[in-house]
Amino acid sequence: MSLTSSTLERYVDRISPVHALDARVKVLMTLGYILTLAFLPNGEWAALAGLAGLLWWGVWQARIGLGLVLRRAFVALPFALVAVSLVFARPGAPLFDLTIGPWQLTASDAGLIAFISVVIKSWLSVQAALMLIATTQVVDVFLALRAFRLPTVLVAVMAFAYRYLFVLIDEASRMLRARECRSAAHHGRRGGGSIGWRAAVVGQMVGTLFLRSYERSERIYVAMLSRGYRGEVRTLDTQPLDSRDRGTLIGVLATLALIIYAALVW
Amino acid sequence: MESQWLDGLALGLHIPDGFLTTPVALAWWVLTVVAIAVAVRRTGSELDERQVPLMGVMAAFIFAAQMLNFPVLGGTSGHLLGGALAALLLGPWSGVLVMAVVVGLQALLFQDGGLLAMGANIFNMGVATALVGYGAGMPLLRLFGGRSWGLAIVGFVVAWLSVMVAALLTSVQLVLSGVPAAVAFPPMLFVHTFIGIGEGLITFAAIAFIIATRPDLVKSLAGVVSPAGLERRAGGGLIGGVTVVGLLFAVGAALASPLASGDPDGLERVAEDQGFLGRASDAPYAILPDYTIPGIDGSISTILSGVIGVALVFVLIYGITQAVRARRGDAPNA
Amino acid sequence: MSESIPRPALAVHGLRHVYPDGTVALSTIDLTVAAGEKVALVGPNGAGKSTLLLHLNGVLRATAGQVAVAGTLVGERTLAEIRARVGMVFQDPDDQLFSPTVFDDVAFGPLHMGYPRDEVTRRVAAALEQVGMAGFERRMPHHLSLGQRKRVAIATVLSMDPAILALDEPSAGLDPRARRSLVTLLQQLPQAMLVSTHDMRLVRDVFPRMVVLSGGMIVADAPSATLLADAALLDSYGLEAP
Repeated sequence: MSLTSSTLERYVDRISPVHALDARVKVLMTLGYILTLAFLPNGEWAALAGLAGLLWWGVWQARIGLGLVLRRAFVALPFALVAVSLVFARPGAPLFDLTIGPWQLTASDAGLIAFISVVIKSWLSVQAALMLIATTQVVDVFLALRAFRLPTVLVAVMAFAYRYLFVLIDEASRMLRARECRSAAHHGRRGGGSIGWRAAVVGQMVGTLFLRSYERSERIYVAMLSRGYRGEVRTLDTQPLDSRDRGTLIGVLATLALIIYAALVW
Repeated sequence: MESQWLDGLALGLHIPDGFLTTPVALAWWVLTVVAIAVAVRRTGSELDERQVPLMGVMAAFIFAAQMLNFPVLGGTSGHLLGGALAALLLGPWSGVLVMAVVVGLQALLFQDGGLLAMGANIFNMGVATALVGYGAGMPLLRLFGGRSWGLAIVGFVVAWLSVMVAALLTSVQLVLSGVPAAVAFPPMLFVHTFIGIGEGLITFAAIAFIIATRPDLVKSLAGVVSPAGLERRAGGGLIGGVTVVGLLFAVGAALASPLASGDPDGLERVAEDQGFLGRASDAPYAILPDYTIPGIDGSISTILSGVIGVALVFVLIYGITQAVRARRGDAPNA
Repeated sequence: MSESIPRPALAVHGLRHVYPDGTVALSTIDLTVAAGEKVALVGPNGAGKSTLLLHLNGVLRATAGQVAVAGTLVGERTLAEIRARVGMVFQDPDDQLFSPTVFDDVAFGPLHMGYPRDEVTRRVAAALEQVGMAGFERRMPHHLSLGQRKRVAIATVLSMDPAILALDEPSAGLDPRARRSLVTLLQQLPQAMLVSTHDMRLVRDVFPRMVVLSGGMIVADAPSATLLADAALLDSYGLEAP
């Protein structure tokens, strides 16, 4: 029972046409998809429906279950509430009045359209990002970023961070659990100490975790040196894209371009 | 596990895709790419090959440290953002890189923050927090004459400052994307005034702990030169500029928010009443007039939408934390 | 609190735990530990030992069945009280010790319980005295040996005056000297104990009673001397005679 394995990792090992695509292709498709959403004017419902259809077709192809993707995509919901204000802030034809106490708010049609568009765009963007990570090994994403000429140091740091992320999250979880086990109170008496004390305890836990992480990195470094590390990060050369990769990439990007074109021209 | 990320959302700083307009998102990507390029250049020479494993593990550390939380009130919890801490312990540019990796992995692995919005998110939570933390921290440290305990006190101040700057930048980006200023600024700054105090206390205690346990690690740092023996001195001009701007922003925000006393006892009192939720939705009435300055037309509907926004945000945070608690109860091992 | 019949330190009835992914970790556990009784919990990795221990103080919740500690049922409402009655000590003392000094860490429990300062100081001193670490108050856990950190970890729960100690692999990784002093310490402590371990010599030296857990079920529960002499039983659960 690992405490921490990301729930998406389960899906990465499946076999599907989407999983089989090169990571570079999937990164480009994801970025293209999210950019298309971003450039789409508000209220283009047909285009949004087309984009949703495209994505869900991909989810179906990838055999990861639409339910999971839709559910996980609600992480962006808190920000949707910030966007509620758009309903009342945008100038436009008044739709209805909302009376709260002595105040009156007027919702506009343009505002409502902006709000709904923003929420749908955000929801679809999260789904696209989920798709990428549910069908691609993280390590392959790093290699793709390397292939896109991200600085080697940055990618190497990311890879190290990913390698030790779950180790340290486990350590943090065990500390939290040990703290929880000693967080007692008397019957009927209010326990828990002051807020300042609680913050100090967390600070001490952070300090402990820092020292252990720091010392771990020193051990890692020694282990690397003893295996011939000389300060440069080497990676295997990436394979060229095959025809299926290229075909899919061109097909998807062309579809996205078509959707944008249709939305802007019609 | 997922619950932790939901908890993290209470910070309200991870902007998802869809909320920033494309020009705003791309503009901040440009700034972030420039900042990362400078950081890579300053940190990435072959002489310092130790840095790769160190910074990687440190990014994982910040990620994990953000999980360590403490109950504040009504089911909400205080926890660390970490940018200022990273900058103080590792130096500004290593701090920038480490935080950029943290924010990037959060978006990539957990969809915490968007991909197009990642430029803005990295800038707010990584670049700004690290540079403000270090840039404001170094001159302050000189006041303490390089005494190591001074670093802990400086840690409190700059950690608070860095959170305020991050919240302010997030608000600015939202406003540039069309969200009314009255909705973006008051709740963001108000909430983060307190979150910042939590950040400050945690940072203070963490640094004090490290000083007590491994003084060798911070000796060089308190001496204002190469932190943890890793990084050459950072460019003074840019950092100085960032500091001044950051200080102005944060001081302005603090003045505008009547409860921003920086007094933990005040927070404690509020928390002990368990009445924070009620107070929080009242307070913006008092704050709003000050916020008419940055481009609010002053119409009652705008202001009201701000008030509603605050109330909604609080209700939502409360709801999420309750839901998370319930879920934790069901599956504490997950 | 003042009944004439002494309540058992621990009473587990029909305890069942199913993880969210459907894995049955514990199926129908029945176990009673009398006040002051010392019980060893043995079994292969993955048998459910840690899962059982984590039910004692409600970190994990029972899918079915119930757990009572010193007469109080473990439940949402009693959680804070239960945490004081069960002294849970984890295998890795680094997880348990997160404070800058030994004093602060041993004081964490009493402080959280809201005791006044002098009471906290008294309890810390008494707990450190019990584990033989008096005089280490100002030391940093980071700089102690593993054996010393294990003792301090035990002190961090003794300061809360628990009715039962739940220890996970207390002797793992200790050198012979540290191991011997741990044995002495466990023999001397008056509290009831439920201790998960693979160390059969520890079982022989400290625990008169032994419970064998396998596949989430109790497969043997008898005096240690009897079970340790049963080579066939030990062998079938992958255990070794001391």
